[in-house]
Amino acid sequence: MWLTCLRTDKFKNGVLSVSLLTRLCRENAAKNALIPSVLRRGTKRFPDMDALAARLDDLYGASIEPVVRKLGEIQSVGFAASFADDRFIPSGGTLLEDVAGLMGEMLLSPNTRGGLLLPQFVDSEREKLLEDIRARVNDKISYSRYRLSELMCVAEDYAVDASGTEDEAESIGYVPLTRHYHELLAASPIEIFYVGSASAERVESAMREALLALPRGELDEDIGTDIRMNTLEAETRYFTEEMDVGQGKLCLGFRLGSCMEDPDIAAIRVMNAVFGGYASSKLFMNVREKLSLCYFASSGVDILKGVMLVVSGIEFDKYDQALAEIFAQLEAVKRGEITDKELASAKASVGSALLAAADSDGALESFWLSQNVQGLEYGPEELAALVDDVTKADVIKAAQGVECDAVYFLKGTGHVEAEDDED
Amino acid sequence: MWRRKMTKTEYPGIGETLYTDTLPNGLQVCVIPKPDYRKVFAVFRHGLRGADRRFTLAGEPKNTPAGVAHYLEHKMFDMPEGNALMALEARGANPNAFTSDAMTAYHFECTDYFEENLRTLLQFVSTPYFTQESVDKERGIISQEIRMCEDSPDYRVYMNLMRCLFSHSPLRDSVAGTVESIQDITPQVLYDCHKVFYHPSNMALCVVGRADPERVIAMARELLTSEGAEKPGREYGGPEGALPEQSLSEEDMVVSAPQFFIGAKGGPLLKGAPALRERVVGSLALRCLAGTSSPFYIRLYGEGLLNGMFGCDLDYAAGESMALLGGESRDPETVLQELKKQITTVATDGFDEALFARQKKAAYGGRLRVLGSFEAMAVGLAEGLFAGFCPLDAFAVLKTVTAAECAGWAAEKLAPARLAMSVIKPKE
Repeated sequence: MWLTCLRTDKFKNGVLSVSLLTRLCRENAAKNALIPSVLRRGTKRFPDMDALAARLDDLYGASIEPVVRKLGEIQSVGFAASFADDRFIPSGGTLLEDVAGLMGEMLLSPNTRGGLLLPQFVDSEREKLLEDIRARVNDKISYSRYRLSELMCVAEDYAVDASGTEDEAESIGYVPLTRHYHELLAASPIEIFYVGSASAERVESAMREALLALPRGELDEDIGTDIRMNTLEAETRYFTEEMDVGQGKLCLGFRLGSCMEDPDIAAIRVMNAVFGGYASSKLFMNVREKLSLCYFASSGVDILKGVMLVVSGIEFDKYDQALAEIFAQLEAVKRGEITDKELASAKASVGSALLAAADSDGALESFWLSQNVQGLEYGPEELAALVDDVTKADVIKAAQGVECDAVYFLKGTGHVEAEDDED
Repeated sequence: MWRRKMTKTEYPGIGETLYTDTLPNGLQVCVIPKPDYRKVFAVFRHGLRGADRRFTLAGEPKNTPAGVAHYLEHKMFDMPEGNALMALEARGANPNAFTSDAMTAYHFECTDYFEENLRTLLQFVSTPYFTQESVDKERGIISQEIRMCEDSPDYRVYMNLMRCLFSHSPLRDSVAGTVESIQDITPQVLYDCHKVFYHPSNMALCVVGRADPERVIAMARELLTSEGAEKPGREYGGPEGALPEQSLSEEDMVVSAPQFFIGAKGGPLLKGAPALRERVVGSLALRCLAGTSSPFYIRLYGEGLLNGMFGCDLDYAAGESMALLGGESRDPETVLQELKKQITTVATDGFDEALFARQKKAAYGGRLRVLGSFEAMAVGLAEGLFAGFCPLDAFAVLKTVTAAECAGWAAEKLAPARLAMSVIKPKE
């Protein structure tokens, strides 16, 4: 169990999170994702949603919400709380202790019968999980991104989404889920995060008290992410699917390759910015501004897995042109066709975003969880300083091994490409 | 020389200090300094907004193509010396803009070079520079933005509700226009709209973060000297009646389950202290009625009729106010009927005092949380300036709101006959 504590007076709210880390895999992802939602339905002291809602309202609208995240091939499940800082409570108070205590109750003393999670809670939350999983298709852009990851990483755990798959979710019953819950509690490494005005001693004491009843067995330390250096097959794989959409969604998945052997995170972030990370990037300036092919074309890196995704929305018949331009811009980065101005602007943008993250309680929480999972000890300000030192040679080096593994295109139902259209 | 000290207002309970000033040309400026932070968020609100399609100038009615304010927003970043977006990004700023029916706002967040960035923001919003080539080129980009929205069920369910609620308001039209309507937008149309609506008394500058209020106001004085021309008359076709134009809209799309939006018109916009009070009362009433800790939501959640995607809020644009409740449900019709029953009960019995007391505490915490977002604060200040109130006063107003007042608001504004519903159903 690890505690990361940032003491500052600048925020008016405190943020506290407890994350149980476990291996992301198809068999367990849905079960893991379901657990915090079931626990959030009622505790021994506050047995149902009405009682919990009344308690949280009384704590000045403190929120304690289930959080399920995918960090590379680690699944993080737990709770995140946001609550008013004691200094701004009209009557004064000890909200940190109250919220920590309630979070501990949710995690360790749920409302059970005969030691089993209540079947009505499990059934109800399983349906909601299924609704969430099925709702992936509603946002066509994130759906395309999800489909690409699934197809590209078909042989890896990374293909699994944080909330798991429909098939696995459908078959979850309350008895096996109770068993799984106890295993998860006993074996998962736990990350606790706090940012706010309380001292580290106060946070530690509140959390010790809240998690006193935590049963610990042999910890599963063998969790982590398998970084694949090369593409799955020698040639890029192409996938096309049809749906009733008016705009095509184009998604490209890349392996970062050689730079992941000893990743220079600052250089990789700058490389991504130069290529497609913001509005002055090559993708935005060329695919959008020069060719007017799209409204958005951007890239993003998942450093934990060593992959980069490019997403854009285009007319169906602009597929070849958009694809060719995206590849051409990546080649330009690899060849070092980067002006001093482009490099300076990308560094300023990446550095500034990190410094701004240090001014946001929510951004700090996710930044530090990711750092802790990677075993990295530096904060956003230190990473911003590293970004400042990135050279053009570093960017070229980071881009050198980048290879396109898979391309996914979601196009309209029955759309026929112009060249196939024979009269 | 005209000189007046800016106004400083302290909000000790919530630890905020607000500086405000009105320049001789009518521009309103608000600054909330945050010396403990490194970042600053600045928003500059232009006079033209999404709903301003028809207006009168020197007594003459003018009509512009749907989507003109949004098109103008895209092209404002062009400057004779290059693109302002790139100039801001080169200094590490994160600039953007948005057009809604309520406002067009240009903004940036930065951690360094604040004054240089503010100078760029004030200059590019004041400098119309449109060429035929650049305006033509933007058409492909905006067409794709429109297509992207048309593929989004969230957008479609909202637009369909607007068409249910309103009979003639510009809120019926999409802010970005259509791929067809934007074909008629030329550099001249953009120049005209910029000129007509570029009136400092129609505009506002709001800054939250590590900034010196004196410097912000001095720079606004130096760079925004224009007195503005004649102020155009906004033409929204007169106030809307209380009842919706139609009570139900249904459309099919590729979605996993029905997506729904229930709404009601709240009547013409108020000004000043009554406007703020109405917002505080309305949002607390919605919280008590259907918020995520209300008995109504918890019951329907338990019955499988609602899930975590449900939410409710108030919206204000184009001279109109409205209440909106939406989410996903396997059976939106039952949700609507249950909501109507709940409203009828509240109209007769009022809100339970214990429920109201705890919801009020939660509303305080919720408002405190908003203070953590510089963007929400700056945009909220800009919105408040035009309605004649300061959102920071909401904390004091909240203390005085009663359960009867909230119940009265819900009974009147959400009277069952005023409700309309838009549903996006899964395509077979």
